[in-house]
Amino acid sequence: MTAPRLTLTGTGAVTSAGWGIEALMSALASGTPLAPGELVRERPGRPPVISRVLRVPAPEASTSLPKNPRLRRVSPISKYAAAAAVEAVGPQRMALANEGALRIGVVCALMNGCVNYSNRFFGEVRHDPSVASPILFPETVFNAPSSHLSAILASHAPNDTIVGDGAEFFTALEIATEWLLRGDCDGCVVVALEEMDWLSAEALAMYSRGYVASEGAAAIYLELDGQGPRLLAVPDPVLLGQGVDRAAALRLLVNASGSYDEGRTLLSDSRSGVARYDRAESEVFANWRGPRMSIRRILGESLGASSGIQCVAAVEALRRGQADQALVVAMGGNEQVAGCLLARD
Amino acid sequence: MAFHADSARIPTLRPVVVTGAGILTSMGTGMLENAAGFRAGRTAFRPVDLFDVSRQRVGTAGQAGLPAAAPVGVDQRAWQRMDRGTRMAFIAAQEALAAAGLSAGERMPLTIGTSAAAMALGESYFMHAVDGLSRRGQFRRVETYQPQYQMTAMMRALGIQGPLRIISNACASGANAIGHAYQMVSEGKAERVLAGGYDALSQLVFAGFDTLQALSPSGIPRPFDAARDGLALGEGAGFVVVESLESARARGVPPLAQILSYAAATDTHHLTQPHPDGDAALRTMTAATHRAGLQPQEIGYINSHGTGTPLNDVAEGRAIQRWAGAATPEIRVSSTKSSIGHLLGGAGAVESVICLLALEGQWLPASLNVREADPVVTFDLIRAPREARVETALTNSFGFGGANATLIFRREVKP
Repeated sequence: MTAPRLTLTGTGAVTSAGWGIEALMSALASGTPLAPGELVRERPGRPPVISRVLRVPAPEASTSLPKNPRLRRVSPISKYAAAAAVEAVGPQRMALANEGALRIGVVCALMNGCVNYSNRFFGEVRHDPSVASPILFPETVFNAPSSHLSAILASHAPNDTIVGDGAEFFTALEIATEWLLRGDCDGCVVVALEEMDWLSAEALAMYSRGYVASEGAAAIYLELDGQGPRLLAVPDPVLLGQGVDRAAALRLLVNASGSYDEGRTLLSDSRSGVARYDRAESEVFANWRGPRMSIRRILGESLGASSGIQCVAAVEALRRGQADQALVVAMGGNEQVAGCLLARD
Repeated sequence: MAFHADSARIPTLRPVVVTGAGILTSMGTGMLENAAGFRAGRTAFRPVDLFDVSRQRVGTAGQAGLPAAAPVGVDQRAWQRMDRGTRMAFIAAQEALAAAGLSAGERMPLTIGTSAAAMALGESYFMHAVDGLSRRGQFRRVETYQPQYQMTAMMRALGIQGPLRIISNACASGANAIGHAYQMVSEGKAERVLAGGYDALSQLVFAGFDTLQALSPSGIPRPFDAARDGLALGEGAGFVVVESLESARARGVPPLAQILSYAAATDTHHLTQPHPDGDAALRTMTAATHRAGLQPQEIGYINSHGTGTPLNDVAEGRAIQRWAGAATPEIRVSSTKSSIGHLLGGAGAVESVICLLALEGQWLPASLNVREADPVVTFDLIRAPREARVETALTNSFGFGGANATLIFRREVKP
């Protein structure tokens, strides 16, 4: 009996480069870091706090943001996730799902979540809880975006939201493989998502002033034996802080990813331009002979979304014939090193 | 757990058991205190003093007691950096590991459910930033607020090496975490998994439920009462060691119970309201009993989601009626949220442990405070604790966003 093939048959993205895969790939092809803007938090009687940010631009009319009542009052993170997921699933599968002919599972991975509404709601609670808005609170819950996705996809199939550091997306991919192999769903959309506000931007700057805070979502649609790049491996993440330094942890992960021909393999890494956090990847891949992309250097640091964007960009590069295989790795901040190995169809 | 295309296969299943359990709730710390409390039909609500509730409609909850000092063997500094929820999780997890005869140094995955995680630390970060207080301590608040920071710290303190999977499906998170662990072990991806759920009370979440007018103004939840008026929040943690029967036997550890099945489904009706007829609940209960090879009348006890809100209880009641059909009057149901409140991300795990206590002790916990049962109650609602022969227990968990989960446990272990 042949092993089932896990295929990555659709991708979607909303990034600081714009709405859609083409905007993402154009920005990456240019190789030029996007110009950051400023997020200014005014403080009465004190100097403002200014954060360097790369925000998702306003959507254009042609974006894949679906018209669904669930999206009327949601925080931006749910809109990013919905647009990316719908792009990844594609119109034909969307139609099948809405007819009840396709069971689509949803796995969302994030680190920070619905920070805009949490910020607003807690501010209202502190001011006067008796008039705090009941509309805001449900949208502060980590799994609100994934709930909206299942509603948009009209799917009763499993739906999980997992939380971790910036490398969590790969665990979401692994969960999707479990569901597909078990038959829990016919296809699965895996989404990495984040939104930004001053709370998260200022928090990120505490790690390094060199970071440019960003936001967005990336989605991959997986199914068995479909058309498109294949998922070869998702090794167990290597936990940090258990007596193994970051470079050694990365080596363990790479060794567990399986074999690849380095010269024909795209490396999609998580370097952001902040030397102290890039050190492990710079050291381990110092002599990498194949093509390499570092999406954070161009798009900014979007926390839990970034590793999903790395993966989506790698899948697209394989589709476009830019490499035969892709090794995607992410050094998380305080939990894990994780990654996956992909192959062209 | 790792995926490799070369070895990918449609999984075959093997028997899975629980070899250890631990619990901390407002009822008490540990299996013994909780068993005694539920068996006696006690309620455990008190005024909240963790944050300001003076301007809320409701001021009570199932607030748990916690030791101030670090448990023996735990570094005091590490304990100080753990938030309230993680401390509760640690205590329950440590009890589960000890009961399972496991010591530090185990390479085993941790699957855990939480909804609010270390919310209180995030609140503190927010207040320091907004109020223009000193930046001193802000980095630590940002770092320790993150759930994965807390859980990896707990793993180090427990001597567990991972991997780690944090599931945040609102109020179903704890049940999902045990379900994931069950699947990992039953499909041969792990020999044993530490699984559980936790949540601590926090101001944002407390105020959130209050703004939704979901909290009972009296502070006394009455699940399945015709005049029920809302839930009470609680806090705590529940943990189990989920292990293959083969591994448990090889280690010579007697199982507490067998996990027969797990099912999950999504209710797309509304972000915060269940489908009125409990469609997704029906899906998970039907799938779970089918996978367990059981008929509804073979389920000896249902620990319901039973929040005490008008919409939840009637939806779950209808789901039970549709699932059990003619057997409905025989189905014994209660909601232990009437005793300890709704533990949100911890609820599914804590209620699983309560099911294990019931199976072990051969008694049934009650839905307390019911004066007149809702018309949907055509099943056997347990209104006072009772001694009973009970072989199988089913627990339901339904979350904001429509995450629905059902787990089934059996006292007798069969290969």
